[in-house]
Amino acid sequence: MPRVNPIDTEYFKDERKAGDFTVIGTTVQRSDALGHVTGRTEFFEDRTFPDLAHVKIHRSAHHHARIDSVDCSEALKVPGVLRVITHRDVPSNWYVVLRLIGIEPNDEPVLAEDRVLYKGEPIVAVVADSEAAAIEGAARVRVGYTELPAVFDVEEALAPDAPVIKQAGTNYFVYEGHHARRLRFGDVERGFAQSDRIFEWRYSSAPIEHAPTETTGCIVVPQSSGRLLIHSNTQAAFFTLDNTALILDRPFTDLQVKGGTVGGGFGGKVDVMVEPLACIAATLTNRPVKFVYTREEEMQVSSPRAAERIYIKDGVTNDGRILARKVMLYVDAGAYSRHSPYGTTKACAHLPGPYTIPNVYADCHCVYTNRTPSSAMRGFGVTIADFALESQMDRIARALDLDPLQFRLRNAYRDGDLKAHRKVAEGTALIEVIQRAAALVGHELPDEYLALTSTTPRGEKA
Amino acid sequence: MTLLRGRGYASVNYPTGMNLGGDPSQALIHATTMGGFVISLSSVDLGQGLKTVVAQCAAETLGMPMANVIVDTADTDTGPHCMGTFASRGTHRIGNAVIMAAREARDVMLAVAAEELEADADDLETDGTGFVRLKGSPETKIHIQDVTLAAHFKQGRTISGRGIYLKERNYPVPETGEMDPDSCQAHACTVAEVEVDDETGVATVLSLHNAYEVGRALNPAMAAQQVEGGGWMGVSHAVFESTEPYYPASRDHGPVDFCEYLMPGPAEIPVQSSVILERPASNGPFGAKGIGEMTANAPIPAIANAIFDACGVRLTTMPFTPESILRGLDALRA
Amino acid sequence: MKIVSLRVNGAGQAFIARPGTTLLLALREQLGLTGAKRGCAQGACGSCTVLLDGQPVVSCLVPAVTVDGAEIATIEGLADGQVLSDVQQAFLDGFATQCGFCTPGMIMSAEALLDRNPDPTRDEVNEAISGNVCRCTGYEPIVSAVLDAAARRRSRAGEGAKL
Repeated sequence: MPRVNPIDTEYFKDERKAGDFTVIGTTVQRSDALGHVTGRTEFFEDRTFPDLAHVKIHRSAHHHARIDSVDCSEALKVPGVLRVITHRDVPSNWYVVLRLIGIEPNDEPVLAEDRVLYKGEPIVAVVADSEAAAIEGAARVRVGYTELPAVFDVEEALAPDAPVIKQAGTNYFVYEGHHARRLRFGDVERGFAQSDRIFEWRYSSAPIEHAPTETTGCIVVPQSSGRLLIHSNTQAAFFTLDNTALILDRPFTDLQVKGGTVGGGFGGKVDVMVEPLACIAATLTNRPVKFVYTREEEMQVSSPRAAERIYIKDGVTNDGRILARKVMLYVDAGAYSRHSPYGTTKACAHLPGPYTIPNVYADCHCVYTNRTPSSAMRGFGVTIADFALESQMDRIARALDLDPLQFRLRNAYRDGDLKAHRKVAEGTALIEVIQRAAALVGHELPDEYLALTSTTPRGEKA
Repeated sequence: MTLLRGRGYASVNYPTGMNLGGDPSQALIHATTMGGFVISLSSVDLGQGLKTVVAQCAAETLGMPMANVIVDTADTDTGPHCMGTFASRGTHRIGNAVIMAAREARDVMLAVAAEELEADADDLETDGTGFVRLKGSPETKIHIQDVTLAAHFKQGRTISGRGIYLKERNYPVPETGEMDPDSCQAHACTVAEVEVDDETGVATVLSLHNAYEVGRALNPAMAAQQVEGGGWMGVSHAVFESTEPYYPASRDHGPVDFCEYLMPGPAEIPVQSSVILERPASNGPFGAKGIGEMTANAPIPAIANAIFDACGVRLTTMPFTPESILRGLDALRA
Repeated sequence: MKIVSLRVNGAGQAFIARPGTTLLLALREQLGLTGAKRGCAQGACGSCTVLLDGQPVVSCLVPAVTVDGAEIATIEGLADGQVLSDVQQAFLDGFATQCGFCTPGMIMSAEALLDRNPDPTRDEVNEAISGNVCRCTGYEPIVSAVLDAAARRRSRAGEGAKL
């Protein structure tokens, strides 16, 4: 039996207009399930090609270092090794995946040039007849380094005396001249002055791995037309195609991406990490080439969910109305931008959470450190912020001796409220999910709270 | 040793779509000679069920059975552009694009049928089983296979449609953060119940009770899959996961395999009970909002709050390891 | 190089085992059976689980040269024509798959359990699939599907006994 959550049709009855549909709103079998249970679903790696060559990477041994020398001579002596690829073989080595939506600068090399900014950064790609030969070849590359001071803490990275690790000159992404994505709504200091109580706490998280059961990878097959066919488990076929073509400095029409069936993504397969090098390897060897992350690479070298540090300061009245919220948020982007400048803006857009607060102030920083670059992951910008915001709500409710759900209902946003980013709220339903969850666990709410609805305008000046 | 129980709450909302970059997806649809409808996309199914749900959107719009709908994805040579599968955008964007394409194809299908039935296209309807029929006169009908055969071999028309959904790019105002960051918002409230062992510091998540507002559950079993699987990931994030166990002080000791990178196994999962509410989004496909990502979010603070409720330790750093709970208990006893 | 002869899903097969080749790679690249997946190549994710003489093994850790004369069962051999095995059908009906990558290994672990224990407890199911990582479902639908499959099998066996 499929596990189906009951739909409570008592809520938003007028808007639902149920029963008009034939297949919408009904449980139909997944079209892919038969393939899954019979093993016939075809993932990218389930294709075999004669003459398939393999790519493995020699990676940085240091968190931050100048590269003094790269010696590939021993790698080339390994039987089965076909080519080594360095940054000189990458036509347009510097990129940022979000350049497709106008984010700059290009801050990351496909392969490191004169320095490395994180342990595990790719320096040399080795192409070989077999996976084993590629691994052996990559291990025999010799790189000479001069270690440089590394930065690991987001706030230390922003200190005036911190070593600047980025070529752009700042350890933070610059948002149109600002050191952070800003949110300014009302007058937060006046709000604090009007409040009975001030609560200020700090929250933080460590990086998290997507851990898809299928690791990131692709197989690139040279075509008789001269084009390259990329079998990929990317989450975004054209995003990968466009970025790869820019790195290869080839016409976009030279590439074809096939995919669409992916063994879990969770945001981990939108970084365009394997396709450019596999394409270069396929072009140089004129053979089909596979580049797939090992589990260890997936765990430690592929982008994690960013660690965040969040300070929240709230001004609240004794009866539980939040009058002001100030947030200092730091996203640890690691060494390179990838999707983090966008994720930090997404975090800013999410503040101050699903509550109507008349005075809001936030600085959301996208900070660079000498660790594996973070990037997109399921709910990035929001997941860790929600941990902080909802912990804060719980602590304030306890401090004021208020029921935690009543405190949330008191401040919940409703239709017509102006959000801190100045969009008028519509289609809201926070009040209703709180009421329904309370009913689910037998948490009693007073009638005045049960009577609240998201569609009833707030009876106060926001 | 004492097992301490606690309950915690969290309520959240979550935006649908990557609205700050300009966020389009396209769909093409065409009929085969024998009554099939092929939807051509370049969109990616990560396992959330996109291929199924867009087929439902097409079948509903065309008025045809699911069996007549074929989804062809993802090939950048044959499928039109899609931004990608992320930002809880797939169902919303691609669903909308497919509906638009299917409407255009449906109009042609009805025009072809009208000519065959010698009726006015406006007087025709579909019955959901494969027939186009005259409203009020259901015996005057034609099977889709005959419609498409007539289109191809008699009338010389292609039954096809083009669809796109575009959320136009929005530029935040740098000084104030004024912006339009979402197409709609889904909502959730989670109640977590935990048990904390005051000797080992282990927090066990006993249950998650969730209320979700999703706009429209297009396929209720697949919506349930997201809620349940995302809830599990939230538990996993909360009490287990990190690639850097000593973040930020040390980059060492990062896990490299599934033996070192901990996640709850089948014996460590909480009981989950959930209820879905539907407040259809004005811009969603049949009102649907995106819930793929948000389902991991509410459990994490709900668990943190439940741990405090159980043992008085306020955890402000994820994940909530036994060590951090024991240190908190020690501090309380000091 | 060694020629390895074995039975796979009931049929005689042979392949040349190169040094270092695993059973997983032999199945996928030499015998064309790609149902078993390479999720980690470390024996820790279970996506490559097949049955070796009836026992579930992570095929990524089994040297190919060691399976000479063995009987291997893979996901491809479970269905009888169009008729799915009880475990396959229960996974299908119970919406126990999402991305599907862990599914073949998960199903093989479940088949092995039900072969030796037709009426497992929930804890026994948990233990049987504890070496199979799923990142999508939260496991509950999978555990439910295995218990459902066990019930289907017993019911079928009961019918068989009556005949």
